[in-house]
Amino acid sequence: MSETTPQHENPPPPDGIRTTGADAPGDLPRAPLAEARGTGRIGDKIFLGLSRGAGVTLLVIMAAIAGFLAIRASHALSANEGNFLTTFTWDANANPPVFGIAVLLFGTVVSSIIAMALAVPIAIAIALFITHYAPRRLSGPIAYVIDLLAAIPSIVYGLWGGLFLVPHLEGLYKWLDDYLGWTKIFAYHDGAARSLFTVGILLAIMILPIITSVSREVFRQVPRMHEEAALALGATRWEVIRMSVLPFGRSGVISASMLGLGRALGETMAVATVLSPSWDIVPSVLDAGGGTFAQNIASSFKEASGDMGKDALIASGLVLFVITLVVNGAARLVIARRKEYSGANA
Amino acid sequence: MSNLVKDRPAVTGSAPRPGSLRQPRLPRWAPAAFALGSAVVGVAIGLVAGLDSRIQWGLIAALVFVLGSYIASTVVEGRRQAKDRLATSLVWVAFLLAVIPLVSLLYETVKRGSKALNADFLNHSMAGMLDDQAGGGVYHAIIGTLEQVGLATAIAAPIGLLTAIYLVEYGRGALAKAVTFFVDVMTGIPSIVAGLFILSFWILWLDFDYSGFAGAMALAILMMPVVVRSTEEMLKLVPNELREASLALGVPKWRTILKVVLPTAIGGIATGVMLAVARIAGETAPIVLLVFGSKTINNNPFEDPQSSLPYYVYEQWTAGQDASYDRAWAAALVLIAFVMILNLVARGIARWKAPKTGR
Repeated sequence: MSETTPQHENPPPPDGIRTTGADAPGDLPRAPLAEARGTGRIGDKIFLGLSRGAGVTLLVIMAAIAGFLAIRASHALSANEGNFLTTFTWDANANPPVFGIAVLLFGTVVSSIIAMALAVPIAIAIALFITHYAPRRLSGPIAYVIDLLAAIPSIVYGLWGGLFLVPHLEGLYKWLDDYLGWTKIFAYHDGAARSLFTVGILLAIMILPIITSVSREVFRQVPRMHEEAALALGATRWEVIRMSVLPFGRSGVISASMLGLGRALGETMAVATVLSPSWDIVPSVLDAGGGTFAQNIASSFKEASGDMGKDALIASGLVLFVITLVVNGAARLVIARRKEYSGANA
Repeated sequence: MSNLVKDRPAVTGSAPRPGSLRQPRLPRWAPAAFALGSAVVGVAIGLVAGLDSRIQWGLIAALVFVLGSYIASTVVEGRRQAKDRLATSLVWVAFLLAVIPLVSLLYETVKRGSKALNADFLNHSMAGMLDDQAGGGVYHAIIGTLEQVGLATAIAAPIGLLTAIYLVEYGRGALAKAVTFFVDVMTGIPSIVAGLFILSFWILWLDFDYSGFAGAMALAILMMPVVVRSTEEMLKLVPNELREASLALGVPKWRTILKVVLPTAIGGIATGVMLAVARIAGETAPIVLLVFGSKTINNNPFEDPQSSLPYYVYEQWTAGQDASYDRAWAAALVLIAFVMILNLVARGIARWKAPKTGR
């Protein structure tokens, strides 16, 4: 079929139809000739209406999520006797209810920071491995294996983390305590290793695939000429990466990391199975205690009696929603500046 | 090799022999030898010092490998080559670090899951079972998962498909931009937040009861953006010549989309939908909030609590008995198998029916 179209004044772009504007196929039927034809116009209108309606439905859902959460949250907040931001307890079922998100905010931020600190360097390294280091025949299967990591349900990570990882980390934590215990941050008093640090390790494993797959796409887009120029100047492979690959991919890697951060902030079951929560801020990241937004919602839900208990959880969910919205929105804006990175749908 | 980017002459003890342009290099087998050596050192230190955690053995071996090859390379090949080798070994170590958890997770799940897994496990429910009793099964959970995921797909797939068609075939202007942006943002909504939304809308406001359908709605919210994104990518791959040829024959646009564009991309679209199904099949948080869990068989997703595979794993884990742990692992194995089969089939379809991209 393509042989019959010999003249290409401007050949159609391989992708990115949405971004190219006037010469996209969507404009064709609006040309006057098509407008004049009677057949199909009603069908066209119905079809356009349906598909536009679906798009609008998505927007309505997003607005409804924000709206409904906000309404329920405002019920809870107006009845709350404690300070929502600084209270260290969660007695939403009590009368009057007293609850606050201080511990949850702290736990969520700390566990996500740990996860990011562990996952981002490793994910970048794996992306480099797949694009620049691995033998060509292996790089496809390796990328596939990393993507499989993403397909494993979070509850299975949680089960593995709770029953396999936790017992295996105790030795490591004792060792960290011996040498870094004086910092207080890495102090470890005996007990199960059900701490924010364990959560961070598990979250790191879980967000590796998304950071890797987006970074990989970015690194693949580095102009071949840049790399060959550097090689021709005698640069070693590492120098090529440092001088041409990393600077080119920086914004992509940043947004990939933020997508990963969004996942880590909202992860529920893996945290709920691994962490042994408490309503205080533990100075050491290795000691059990603390909590995260999502974990608290999942584990307190069955005890939440009546509307007030649930509304309080919804209020904390709203905070989580806003945080992830900001993080994801920022990441997408960075990506949108370089539209060609198509790996963002992983 | 010396008039280079950094213009730094080859430093270190082993300067190139006069008259030779070649710098001394480590032999090709050196990295493998270092890897073997450091593994031995790691095990030896671990055994001698009596470290009980295998993780430490591995970390020591990795450290020895990275430092050893760096030092050896500095001595023999010079600083720049050594840095290159350092980067290479760090990248390899990072890759291995990422593979270990995957292998361990799959191994543990298969090993511990196969203990309780048998035909009885698959066709019995947990009705009347105590937590510390061996036996029982996941039949009710499988029914729940299939029904909830099926309903979610029935809601999300058409909306997602139409949205993608809108964005690719019609989308222009502010609305399309807004939809694109919010689809992207929607991808990142935590599953628990989707659950809370349906909770406040369907259960607290409209006053319905916990049911499989409530869970399916939350799952549909999680599924929609994934379907939109993957379908969009696939539709963009359909060559414009096909559309133009059809339109030039006077075929209305909607028939062009239905009869030309969609059939061309159908393989990729099916793959995207199946990957989305695989993703929501493992979601637990919305089920905890909306379906509430049940130990008995409930075939009606529109009324009364149900169970689901991921919820079942969580429930059995929470019970905290040896017998329930066995069941949790077995159910996890069933869940992984289900998700992996979906994944493999989806990728098989993708390979088999890859859209024909022009020439």
